[in-house]
Amino acid sequence: MTPHDIARVQTSSAKTAPIADAAEKDASAVTKTERLVIVGNGMAPGRMLEHLFERAPGRYTVTIFNAEPRVNYDRIMLSPVLSGEKSYEQIIIHGDGWYIKNGITLYKGHKIVSIDRDAKTVTSDRGVVEPYDKLVIATGSVPFILPVPGNNLAGVLSYRDLDDVNAMLLAAQSRTKAIVIGGGLLGLEAAAGLEAQGMDVTVLHLMPTLMERQLDPAAGYLLQKAIEDRGIKVICKASTKAIIGEKKVEGVELADGRLIPATLVVMAAGIKPNAGLAKDAGLSSNRGIVVDAGMRTTDPNIFAVGECAEVGGHVYGLVAPLYEMARVAAEHLVDSSSTAAFVHSDTPTKLKVTGIDLFSIGDFADGEDRNEIVLRDASAGVYKRIILKDNRIIGTVLYGETADGAWFNDLKKKQVDITDMRDTLIFGQAYQGGSPLDPMAAVAALPDDAEICGCNGVCKGRIVGVIQEKGLTSLDDVRAHTKASASCGSCTGLVEQLMALTLGESYNPAAVQPMCGCTTLGHDDVRRLIKAKNLKNVFAVMQELEWTTSCGCAKCRPALNYYLVCDWPGEYADDYQSRFINERVHANIQKDGTYSVVPRMWGGVTSAKELRAIADVVDKFDIPTVKVTGGQRIDMLGIKKEDLPAVWADLGKAGFVSGHAYAKGLRTVKTCVGTDWCRFGTQDSTGFGIRIEKFMWGSWTPAKVKMAVSGCPRNCAEATCKDVGVICVDSGYEIHFAGAAGLDIKGTEVLGLVKTEDEALKVIVALVQMYREQARYLERIYKWAKRVTIAEIRRQVLDDLEKRQGYYERFVYSQKFAQVDPWSERVSGLHKHEFKPMATIGMPQAAE
Amino acid sequence: MTWAMIGRITDIPRRGARCIETPQGKIAVFRTAEDRVFAIEDHCPHKGGPLSQGIVHGAAVTCPLHNWVISLETGKALGADEGAVRTIPIKVEGEMLFIALAALSDCAA
Ligand SMILES: Cc1cc2nc3c(=O)[nH]c(=O)nc-3n(C[C@H](O)[C@H](O)[C@H](O)COP(=O)(O)OP(=O)(O)OC[C@H]3O[C@@H](n4cnc5c(N)ncnc54)[C@H](O)[C@@H]3O)c2cc1C
Ligand code: SF4
Ligand code: SF4
Ligand code: FES
Repeated sequence: MTPHDIARVQTSSAKTAPIADAAEKDASAVTKTERLVIVGNGMAPGRMLEHLFERAPGRYTVTIFNAEPRVNYDRIMLSPVLSGEKSYEQIIIHGDGWYIKNGITLYKGHKIVSIDRDAKTVTSDRGVVEPYDKLVIATGSVPFILPVPGNNLAGVLSYRDLDDVNAMLLAAQSRTKAIVIGGGLLGLEAAAGLEAQGMDVTVLHLMPTLMERQLDPAAGYLLQKAIEDRGIKVICKASTKAIIGEKKVEGVELADGRLIPATLVVMAAGIKPNAGLAKDAGLSSNRGIVVDAGMRTTDPNIFAVGECAEVGGHVYGLVAPLYEMARVAAEHLVDSSSTAAFVHSDTPTKLKVTGIDLFSIGDFADGEDRNEIVLRDASAGVYKRIILKDNRIIGTVLYGETADGAWFNDLKKKQVDITDMRDTLIFGQAYQGGSPLDPMAAVAALPDDAEICGCNGVCKGRIVGVIQEKGLTSLDDVRAHTKASASCGSCTGLVEQLMALTLGESYNPAAVQPMCGCTTLGHDDVRRLIKAKNLKNVFAVMQELEWTTSCGCAKCRPALNYYLVCDWPGEYADDYQSRFINERVHANIQKDGTYSVVPRMWGGVTSAKELRAIADVVDKFDIPTVKVTGGQRIDMLGIKKEDLPAVWADLGKAGFVSGHAYAKGLRTVKTCVGTDWCRFGTQDSTGFGIRIEKFMWGSWTPAKVKMAVSGCPRNCAEATCKDVGVICVDSGYEIHFAGAAGLDIKGTEVLGLVKTEDEALKVIVALVQMYREQARYLERIYKWAKRVTIAEIRRQVLDDLEKRQGYYERFVYSQKFAQVDPWSERVSGLHKHEFKPMATIGMPQAAE
Repeated sequence: MTWAMIGRITDIPRRGARCIETPQGKIAVFRTAEDRVFAIEDHCPHKGGPLSQGIVHGAAVTCPLHNWVISLETGKALGADEGAVRTIPIKVEGEMLFIALAALSDCAA
């Protein structure tokens, strides 16, 4: 078997198969170009390849082995994924297409287990043997797992990759107690993320103050207060003795005897360079894999980059120096006599927890030969400290107000003598030389070589230059071209200020995605203004909000119509011409212009009488296709538009109403047979599903809403991938929401458990009403929930009874006007022009 | 040019359309918000979608199948898409609408 066969076998999903294909095409070229093999597909080698392809495209045929079964993504941004602020897709650095374009063979999910330096091959755990001319080891770090009893119990996780995040998200669905061991950067980000997901979190930290390696005790104290204000408990000087539990984690025992219960323990107690593979191959290693300033190991054909490498006695755990390693290694791969050399530099630390601003760099220990300047503003929660030696800055700690971080860093780097500004230094750049300046002026005053983005080493001059040269106007463009603020994102504010400075008036930082080309307003603004200005029809909205077109477009009109229907029930008359054809004729248009019709089958239950009526309609109108849908009902396809009213009339006689299979509205409520028939059923899932459907049918929603009720956790109705789902259990009804099984696949989130069917109905109705009132048109529940956060939704519809009641009542009121069967309305003549041609010209009369 | 009467302007809803059956296929007749009327083939240049079923905005219609926007004045696709449908001369006399039959037979050719 050739390696490429294996690639094909392991990249079995359709998405990754083309990568193997691309490799196949290049197979003949392998002999001509040099073979570069990379072990590990993290951020460091990803950046190295970018440099390499830029400097010497086509020089190497590249093969990558990655133990993680995925492409290169922004590991730094795992915390926003954990907290729900971003999705995995949003943090991918190199998508599958990039590998194809560059002819790279990527073995996803292959771990290299040995290197044979004599034969110049590497071997993967799945048996692939790959020869190399040059090898790059980029195996990153492994989390440090405390050597305490119980550290291998189920429920003990580390925090390193996407699998860890997914495991944490799964565990967080229980909304029980979690413990994070380690109060450093990683631990605090994990804690904040778990808290955002509804867990009750305790952080255990061995040292007396948090993040003691980056913060002095005073800033550590402020940080602890801010963390505790979010509802996270912090225990310092906590030494973990054991993790308790039978099969699964049940808690943590501290050395002082305290016992803290938890169902999830995240170890974030540090990392160690992953040098084992290199060591086994006989390469020199110390804490990490020892390399020279050109990133070469003791074998001249083997390089090491990233967290696994030790250069000049240092190992690194932040991306800025790793990216520098990547640049240097690429230089040496292009030109073996290159003099590019890695130089040590300090990297500022920032914490990526929304709402907490801290900045620290350099050395801040007390000492004989140093002195310091400190500023505290207790009411504003600000603490700043600058550590000086020989009148030069050697360290800075900023908490609460970090805007001057870049400036202090610049002074430190350049070793500027600060004697002259000593009195005002701590107030920041704005206070130097006279009267205070505004923050923009501070950015303006930064020298061109001041570093703005620490992660990617981008200076002010480069950002300004590229904005001007390429005519960039959006933050995304600047990120794409310069990489500034594209990694951890904490310098986004500075980059935006630079953009404002460079572009002047024309830059609008708060720019939102406009609804469509007819307006500059985004969906949220339009929704807010409709209410605030009391706008009650489509034309009033366009007039008052200064639409640039006379009557909108196919994007904004249906959205506006929905917002008005939702906001002014009983007052607003539906604008029929602003609806998509499906909602105008209450059927689904098909590719040939015919329609399909789906009658409601409450909860997916039907009868002989109903089936007979459907059979008769199919015969009478010669309907070509009859199909069972995924939503437990029957679809009749290929009906001519002219026939629709007659089809509905016949269905109506048998008691059918429209199934709204075409609507941005309530579609189906799937059910299982529950206690009626099933030996596992815990509640009447069928009855409850029918009850929900009868209560909620007819309501218009921002996007379609599909529901399901399962009678027990075996979940035969597949409720855990629906917009709203219910899993019945002995103790009541577990309400789920925000699932997806379409373009995206996503399991639901648990909203909560309620005891009675009545309460479950109320919560579901309130949830849907909140969604109706807040979401953007065409935004499914899972996308909306991501924006407003699960915790907030839970607070409003589960915890806050008054809010819940408000939503419930508004829904019930609007249903008075919505629950009208559109089919029977049309059978009795409404919109009859829709279904008949206006005229027939020159057609042979059907007289034969 | 022979003109055939097809009905009244009020038979078509504002920002809406109706169809006319002809031996050469369906024709879509549009009425805009400002009471301008247009007639074009009811056959999207993309994949033949029924344009008469689209949303009418300004002097354009958005196809219901994949959202191409077609100018009612020229029959051409707007924006990045390329393609055109035949436009058919139409005139209003008082309330009554007429379309040009000659253009229809061209259609057949
Ligand atoms: C949650 C979190 C937050 C962070 N926040 C920041 C931050 O704000 N700022 C900052 O600068 N840095 C931050 N970091 C650190 C930063 O992400 C890392 O320094 C960086 O990703 C390391 O890159 P790397 O290429 O060396 O290794 P990695 O990105 O760890 O990649 C190593 C890869 O090699 C694979 N591998 C290992 N062994 C083998 C083998 N034998 N065969 C095949 N594949 C193998 C692994 O599966 C892994 O995918 C954060 C890290 C985490 C986990
Ligand atoms: S979900 Fe449970 S109750 Fe419902 S059919 Fe399946 S096993 Fe039975
Ligand atoms: S999956 Fe795609 S092709 Fe199939 S019915 Fe849905 S939209 Fe049409
Ligand atoms: S058929 Fe009209 S857009 Fe595709």
